Amino acid sequence: MNIVAADPKGVDAGPHFMDGDHAIAEGALAAGCRFFAGYPITPSTETAERFAERAPEVGALFIQMEDEIASIAALIGGAWGGQKVMTVTSGPGFSLMLENIGLAVMTETPMVIANVQRGGPSTGLPTLTAQQDMMQVRFGSHGDYNIIALSPDSPQECFDLTIEAFNLSEIYRVPVFIMTDETVGHMHEKVVVPPASEIKVVERNLFKGPKEDFRPYGFDSQGGHPMTRAGDGYRFHITGLTHNERGYPVMTPEQNKIVLTHLIEKINGNADKIIRVEEDELEGAEVVVMSYGITSRIAVRAVQEARKKGIKVGSLRLITVWPFCEQKIRDLSSKVKAIVMPEINYGQIVREVERCAAGRCKVVSVNHCGGAVHDPMVILKAIEEACQ
Amino acid sequence: MNQKAEVEIKAPLAGVLRSERMPHIWCPGCGIGSVVTCFAEATKRSKLDHDKLAVVSGIGCSGRVAGYVNFDSLHTTHGRAIPVATGLKLANPDLKVVVISGDGDLTGIGGNHFIHAARRNMDIVVICINNFTYGMTGGQVTPTTPTSANASTTPYGNYEYPFSLPFLADAAGATYVARWTSLHSRNITQSIEEAFQKRGFSFIEVITPCTTLYLRRNRLGDGVDTLQYYQNNAVLKHGADTRETAIDFQGKIIIGKFVDREKPTYLDSANRCNTKFIGDDYQLYGKTPPEKEAEEAAKAAAAAGAPPA
Repeated sequence: MNIVAADPKGVDAGPHFMDGDHAIAEGALAAGCRFFAGYPITPSTETAERFAERAPEVGALFIQMEDEIASIAALIGGAWGGQKVMTVTSGPGFSLMLENIGLAVMTETPMVIANVQRGGPSTGLPTLTAQQDMMQVRFGSHGDYNIIALSPDSPQECFDLTIEAFNLSEIYRVPVFIMTDETVGHMHEKVVVPPASEIKVVERNLFKGPKEDFRPYGFDSQGGHPMTRAGDGYRFHITGLTHNERGYPVMTPEQNKIVLTHLIEKINGNADKIIRVEEDELEGAEVVVMSYGITSRIAVRAVQEARKKGIKVGSLRLITVWPFCEQKIRDLSSKVKAIVMPEINYGQIVREVERCAAGRCKVVSVNHCGGAVHDPMVILKAIEEACQ
Repeated sequence: MNQKAEVEIKAPLAGVLRSERMPHIWCPGCGIGSVVTCFAEATKRSKLDHDKLAVVSGIGCSGRVAGYVNFDSLHTTHGRAIPVATGLKLANPDLKVVVISGDGDLTGIGGNHFIHAARRNMDIVVICINNFTYGMTGGQVTPTTPTSANASTTPYGNYEYPFSLPFLADAAGATYVARWTSLHSRNITQSIEEAFQKRGFSFIEVITPCTTLYLRRNRLGDGVDTLQYYQNNAVLKHGADTRETAIDFQGKIIIGKFVDREKPTYLDSANRCNTKFIGDDYQLYGKTPPEKEAEEAAKAAAAAGAPPA
């Protein structure tokens, strides 16, 4: 893994007042993304607009494709053409992208996709917030696979996590998702862009050996297998079919097992290195409030109020939602009375919590349909009930 | 002693085809192989750097072409070869990107991408192997199946109107449009060579037989019978009005080069527009367009004290 300082051309260093959508675009440029293919959709469009505006001065290219299917297809071409690539979308567009998310996973193509979530299903609530695509991002494309999803809770984190998303996608050669939401996407806050020298960027691991030794894939259940780019003379072949190390189709149950195990285990096996969570007063807590994204900003208030009432409450914020922090929940569930999980959906990630807690503690879903964030007092009430 | 001489037999297209992947999957009498041969021949004849040539295909029988050509090759999803090719070209403008796929893939599920790439004048070559059928799934009707032809999903005959692909490509803005049948191998090869030289969206349609499904289902004999039909019914009409290139069931097939025009490619236009608004600070993206090259050469010459050309 070759870590270098960011290319100063893409870094607009200094303090800014910007929303989450714009911060994602700045994060992408800072991370070295030089190709963005997108399609307008509320509430994510501002990312595309900022990238389009900034692209010429950075030496990057923005193209507005005919739809989201074409956008992500262009990213696959762009990545194998040698660029770091990204797109941004929201629910309906995300649904259209699922087909080629599968191709990106299968061909182990690094890319970053931001989903600025809005209420669904279907056209749903185009301008209002939600966290309803959290299972779709993990399981939405057909077949078994694995991905990485990060959930920022502020514009600053939109910037920071976009850079991290690019780095993870290069290390593990997998699509990495920024699962943010309308509230964070449209919320203006202070965002500090550090100088380029302080931004760590993972360079693409390009194969440099003799042509006859090149293999586009290595099924070792690890990340980090070198790739190539069109034009370098390695004459690669990639396909969405089950394939061997050369990328040639081998459609047997045995090969499917080899490929699938690799695709899933390269993430699961490195989960400890990938997963980031933020903990607050978990030691001795009776109840833990678990959340991610904008909901964690709301949960803070409920936790403060509960503590005022003398309840021993800790909080756990998922920065990495996928892979899920299974071991953490197994450990925690044997120490606490209850885990309270607010989400702006009908109860999605809470299913993972229930699975990992396996009955060792109460798991309370504070589900809340799309359109608005929780009332913190609703979360407080759930905390109070949970510790009884 | 009767010793057999060791003779190394080298296939004429070795080097441009992936020999280790042979035999291919196509049926006897299928026209896809003919088109691949023409393409391979064209790459050999052309002066293109083979390391800078990339082939993208979608799904279906023709979608498997990418797996047999010895270039950077991407076998993508159904209908999505063109947007993948678009990304590839824009990420590395030095590449010559060729899409080879079928009629169902490019004009059914991928129809939207087809017209938009032509509209943008994306600098790619698109070769559509049109056999009027979804072969891989067993002979279903496609957007190009002639009216009245039998397909597995039109068992009583096709009652839809088909696309005429040259007309569609022309109307959408393609800079090069030609149509041949798989009988016309020399023309196909020459057309591909010409398309390699074009800057802009180049489209070549090749009408081919699907012996296993389309021919059998419509009782049209075998591959040779179809070549005979092409021989008797192909009408060479260079520069034909593409509005008149529709194909009726077993009717005449207008072939030839219909469109060959010049206009700025997507990247040429992007560079021009950005230069105009951003000025000299703008760094041109990708290859320098020819007129800018000429302009820069003139500037350099002027700086060197030479009189302007």
